[in-house]
Amino acid sequence: MSDENEMITGIEVPIYLKYNFTAGAAPARFLSQLKEGKLTGQSRSDPGAPVYVPPRGSCPATGQPTDTEVEVADKATVQSFTIVHIPIPGNPIEPPFVVANLVADGANISFIHLMSECDNEQVHIGQRVQAVWRPEEEWDYSMDNIKYFKPIDEPDVPVEHIGKLPVTGLEA
Amino acid sequence: MKEIAIVGYQQSDAVSDAGAQNEVELIIPVLSRIFEQVGITNAQDVDFVCSGSCDYLQGAAFAFVLGVDALGAVPPIKESHVEMDAAWALYESVLKIRMGHADSALVYGFGKSSPGELPIVLSQQLDPYYLAPQWVDTISLAAMQARMMLDRGLITERDMAEVVARSRRNALDNPHAQLKGDVTADDILAEETYLSPLRRSDCCPISDGASAMVICTVEKAKAWGKPYAVISGIDHIIESHNPGMRDLTDSVSTRKAAENAGMGKGKVDVAELYAPFSHQELILSRALGLGDDTNINPSGGVLAGNLMMASGLSRIGEVFNRIVAGDAERGVAHTTSGPCLQHNLVAVLDKGEVA
Amino acid sequence: MSQPEILNQAFELGFTYTRSTGPVVGRFLTELKKRNIVGIKASDGRVIVPPMEYDPDTAEELSEFVEVGQEGEIISFAWVKHPREAHPSERPFAWAMIKLDGADVPMVHWVASDSEELVSTGARVKATWSDDTKGYITDIACFELV
Repeated sequence: MSDENEMITGIEVPIYLKYNFTAGAAPARFLSQLKEGKLTGQSRSDPGAPVYVPPRGSCPATGQPTDTEVEVADKATVQSFTIVHIPIPGNPIEPPFVVANLVADGANISFIHLMSECDNEQVHIGQRVQAVWRPEEEWDYSMDNIKYFKPIDEPDVPVEHIGKLPVTGLEA
Repeated sequence: MKEIAIVGYQQSDAVSDAGAQNEVELIIPVLSRIFEQVGITNAQDVDFVCSGSCDYLQGAAFAFVLGVDALGAVPPIKESHVEMDAAWALYESVLKIRMGHADSALVYGFGKSSPGELPIVLSQQLDPYYLAPQWVDTISLAAMQARMMLDRGLITERDMAEVVARSRRNALDNPHAQLKGDVTADDILAEETYLSPLRRSDCCPISDGASAMVICTVEKAKAWGKPYAVISGIDHIIESHNPGMRDLTDSVSTRKAAENAGMGKGKVDVAELYAPFSHQELILSRALGLGDDTNINPSGGVLAGNLMMASGLSRIGEVFNRIVAGDAERGVAHTTSGPCLQHNLVAVLDKGEVA
Repeated sequence: MSQPEILNQAFELGFTYTRSTGPVVGRFLTELKKRNIVGIKASDGRVIVPPMEYDPDTAEELSEFVEVGQEGEIISFAWVKHPREAHPSERPFAWAMIKLDGADVPMVHWVASDSEELVSTGARVKATWSDDTKGYITDIACFELV
């Protein structure tokens, strides 16, 4: 590229745009409760309607608003997971680490979070986990208030029951 | 070819900042009103759904996917999306019905432009080698177009101010309008220039909101027993991306699209034109050959509220509203996209038979 | 139902894209690096600056480059009283469509001027080069009134 007569074949085009994001009403309610250390799902108002964590404002199955709030447990079940071995640009966590789809007790849809204090090779679907919270003074409007989920000594949940547990967890 | 009818249209208010409303929360109230208008439960009751939006507006990748959460998409539905104004989602839906793949369709558009710096965001739709890297904003391009019109004596600043004043007055009757008032051209001319030769009032506001429409075959409209208007013609044409290669003082593509849509086959009682800048309404009404017997932008047009990705569909919806209300028998709706009226869609609407 | 607070978060969304230039844009940018401006001949003989790869009217592939002048005439302009952060100038300036000598089609660039009154349609301008040309449209730092 030092030859000034050399033909240019490619250019770098930086496109950087600034935004001010405003959370929707449903996510804002969820995040406000999270700041108080509570995981709050939302559902349609009809009885037995599915509970979403995190909520986005509608029940995708019917298109109706999720205006009913339900506190869910910070215990959850592994619905799926992956072990990340590649460093991800901008991510401070050092691989290998476990990213899992977790369903909180009392909720019917999974969210994504980290798992730690575990043997990565022993992580499995149906495994029971619980949130490890940051110190209360660090809580913000963020799922990051939970550092990660760690395995707990409870029996595995059969696959057909994952996503269907009551807020009290698996019945003995 | 199957005749296609519009049976429902709804839009949200155009607001400068929708605040704590995400995409799905903007759409749900509009959809629930249109489902009620047409007498259906949700998107399960139509054969096809198509939406228009642009993730760049709010800077959230795949934000349009969240829109699907407002539809009731369980069991799965036939759904599509255009990264354009929903008027083009309507176009896709019209083709779908004409080809016999659907008898009815829900079309919706939504946009939250307030989170970003819209004129700068839109600069990135320009040529990526010569224009986008200079960050030429869309208002500046429109200002150069306006000056060409002024320099060549095609319009005066008073003509532009008259367009704004009429928009503000017409918008007094539009409950969804963001800017309205009993304003005169002299009031507008008294304003200082903003991006010379444009004054702030010559430019559409930045708005958040959504709109939705249901279309179907005329047979289905009759079966539903709803008042309807017929889409008797629709076409869209795009011009060169190089503004230097275009005659910016005319809109050749609008004129051609209107010819192809059959606009000239009858009288035009009402026209809703997507003119984000006052001088562009004059370019468009001349390109379409509209005279004093046509009521232009009775809603106030987009100078009264510009829902990016939804206001094009709204132009068609406003003409539909006037036809079913009996205020007009035939109307034309125009939608634009790109800088300086680069890409234009024209739809011709006629009164349907009395149900 | 709890009452939500309004939660805002400023953020920047950005990527540095790598774009292939192809032989036509690449040639134009290569010439800019050498402080030359070239256009291309359209099917009807008009000279287009910056060059386009295909004729917008006939779709014919274009390849006949022509060097054009570094001075030209303002065809139209917009006076930016309040420059935006992304704009190339912090001081008020004009975006302009400039027809360079030897070109038939105006190009969009910006004109530095101390005041709006000094800029007019038909005014002559001259390209000013950036100190370090690298093969980018902003190698032309701006145009100045002659």
